[in-house]
Amino acid sequence: MAGKTLYDKLWDAHLVKQRDDGTALIYIDRQLVHEVTSPQAFEGLRLAGRPLWRSDANLATPDHNVPSLKSERDGGVAGIVEDISRIQVQTLDDNCDEFGVTEFQINDVRQGIVHVIGPEQGATLPGMTVVCGDSHTATHGALGALAHGIGTSEVEHALATQCLIQKKMKNMLVKVEGELNPGVTPKDVILAIIGEIGTAGGNGHAIEFGGSVFRNMSMEGRMTVCNMAIEGGARVGMVAVDQTTLDYVEGRPFSPKGEDWDKALEYWHTLHSDDDAVFDRVVEIDAAAIVPQVTWGNSPEMVTGVNGTVPKPDDIADPSQKAAIERALDYMGLTGGMSITDIKLDCVFIGSCTNSRIEDLRAAASVAKGNKVADTVKRVLVVPGSGLVKKMAEKEGLDKIFLDAGMEWREPSCSMCLAMNSDKLGEGEHCASTSNRNFEGRQGFGGRTHLVSPEMAAAAAIAGHFVDVRDVINA
Amino acid sequence: MKSFTTVTGVVAPMDRANVDTDMIMPKQFLKSIKRSGFGPFMFDELRYLDVGKPDMDCSKRAKNPDFPLNFERYQGAEILLARENFGCGSSREHAPWAIEDYGFRAMIAPSFADIFFNNSFKNGLLPIVLDAAIVDELFKEMYATEGYQLTVDLEAQLIRKSNGDEIPFEVDAFRKHCLLNGLDDIGITLQDADAIRKFEKNWQQKSPWLFGAMQ
Ligand code: SF4
Repeated sequence: MAGKTLYDKLWDAHLVKQRDDGTALIYIDRQLVHEVTSPQAFEGLRLAGRPLWRSDANLATPDHNVPSLKSERDGGVAGIVEDISRIQVQTLDDNCDEFGVTEFQINDVRQGIVHVIGPEQGATLPGMTVVCGDSHTATHGALGALAHGIGTSEVEHALATQCLIQKKMKNMLVKVEGELNPGVTPKDVILAIIGEIGTAGGNGHAIEFGGSVFRNMSMEGRMTVCNMAIEGGARVGMVAVDQTTLDYVEGRPFSPKGEDWDKALEYWHTLHSDDDAVFDRVVEIDAAAIVPQVTWGNSPEMVTGVNGTVPKPDDIADPSQKAAIERALDYMGLTGGMSITDIKLDCVFIGSCTNSRIEDLRAAASVAKGNKVADTVKRVLVVPGSGLVKKMAEKEGLDKIFLDAGMEWREPSCSMCLAMNSDKLGEGEHCASTSNRNFEGRQGFGGRTHLVSPEMAAAAAIAGHFVDVRDVINA
Repeated sequence: MKSFTTVTGVVAPMDRANVDTDMIMPKQFLKSIKRSGFGPFMFDELRYLDVGKPDMDCSKRAKNPDFPLNFERYQGAEILLARENFGCGSSREHAPWAIEDYGFRAMIAPSFADIFFNNSFKNGLLPIVLDAAIVDELFKEMYATEGYQLTVDLEAQLIRKSNGDEIPFEVDAFRKHCLLNGLDDIGITLQDADAIRKFEKNWQQKSPWLFGAMQ
């Protein structure tokens, strides 16, 4: 019999019951809860008179529409200006109270973006099944967990039964071997992968990221990669557990201690694909060929190297592809054939669950240090992913570096990643963004998003247009 | 979820094809934090003369006198008679929430959109697909008879007219079971509560660090 993949192992370990119709009941170890997708789920429980199955399996925090401005934030929940946002945050507080769910409230130092605080607190751990009403939940797969996003009815289902009804997915291995060039980051790796497989490439599959590049990558880098698995069509992205994982997890507030730790290690050491495991699909990419990436369109697969050009629709034979590119260029206000480095920026956003951890901020600060934001750039927001990231960054003086460069240093939240709070792009504005989605209107009505790494975003802020960050670091 | 056995009620019309979920539940109401209370906003743009906003007191709003659901004769209706492709468009579950909250228990149409059809069962609503010709006949009889009522008998899979005529209908056996017993997805999973508890006990022994309060 062939060996098992990491996904097979995690699935088997959590299988409560296989049903005749091909679906299965899968046990859920951790549910992360935020203010936008949970109110109807709690209301559903209340209407049906159902209790929570296990309150200790849930951890909540508001993140999507809490304000990032300190002045607004200082007023707590009552200080949130927008009605809907305030009601949603207040409702989360009330529901967590009523159902006994641990919550890091708006101005708790542990508050932050769900996908940042889970690993940071040791609330998400290797070998767990993790769900959240948010499609970027695959982030936690970086720890060797089985993690994916779910809809509101499933949030309610998991709250009430500690299980989900699932169909097993197929196994896909994305292997990147070799050495990354200096200036090439985990963000560039995942953007290059999506450029290669397309936004539907991982449909129906659980992706495992393997190869020397991921083995040599930091935990935070692995989170950046797994975070965007959904942009490649896969609900699940994972990396095998190794020493890097264990070093990261050890000593976090909710990580196992003492005897439990030893017991956990025993299990966690098995969390990798067997040598003879069979994947339904394997994609191999050469690390040395990856350069810093920039998206030019309205889908993450519309991406190219910073040294590249925007495609010319006339060069495209396939009529539907050609039409898609024409539409994207029209929305983005770009002309086919122009150099990526000629794209001018109005705004820069450094943050989101993809790139708002301490390593991301350090990377951006290293480029920003001693420089000034270009006059033509109207606004640069730096938004840490959690209160603890913010504190750490301030201790290291990163906030000063950003402020001295003319950037804004904000409070932890999703902020301009999805523009649910008041941080929005104006119509027609170009933004270099470290987030994960460049869809039409994502960062504000008519806004034009270009996805990049934190280093590339900082370099673009200073130059006023995209530049190859490798030239900046070498200079 | 409410169980559905037999419903006898007034029939009301939604006499147009391709009624989409936007029409059933306009987007401004999706920002709500609730899943109940959507009934007063069902078909909001057709039903009222002003522009609807969440949290409005609908009893004070000016109703559109030309919209059939506002007619005296259709008040308290429990069965909605509709045309082809009812519930098309976005997947919002707010649409069946609203129809159920308004008081409808069953819907009859020549066809329903897929996701809406599924979502309806999850919320205790019975969508019944009948031949277009039969639906047409029901529309005629309903318009001709003030206070027109039908009985929907799910167990027998029959619609009964007051004159004793019967119309058979199809329904998937599993969904029928769930509706008759008031079981939603969660209810069905909870039938396996013992299996879940057994798994959990074993899992806790193996991985005790996954259990216990986070403080
Ligand atoms: S940062 Fe953006 S992608 Fe991440 S959870 Fe928040 S809104 Fe979603």
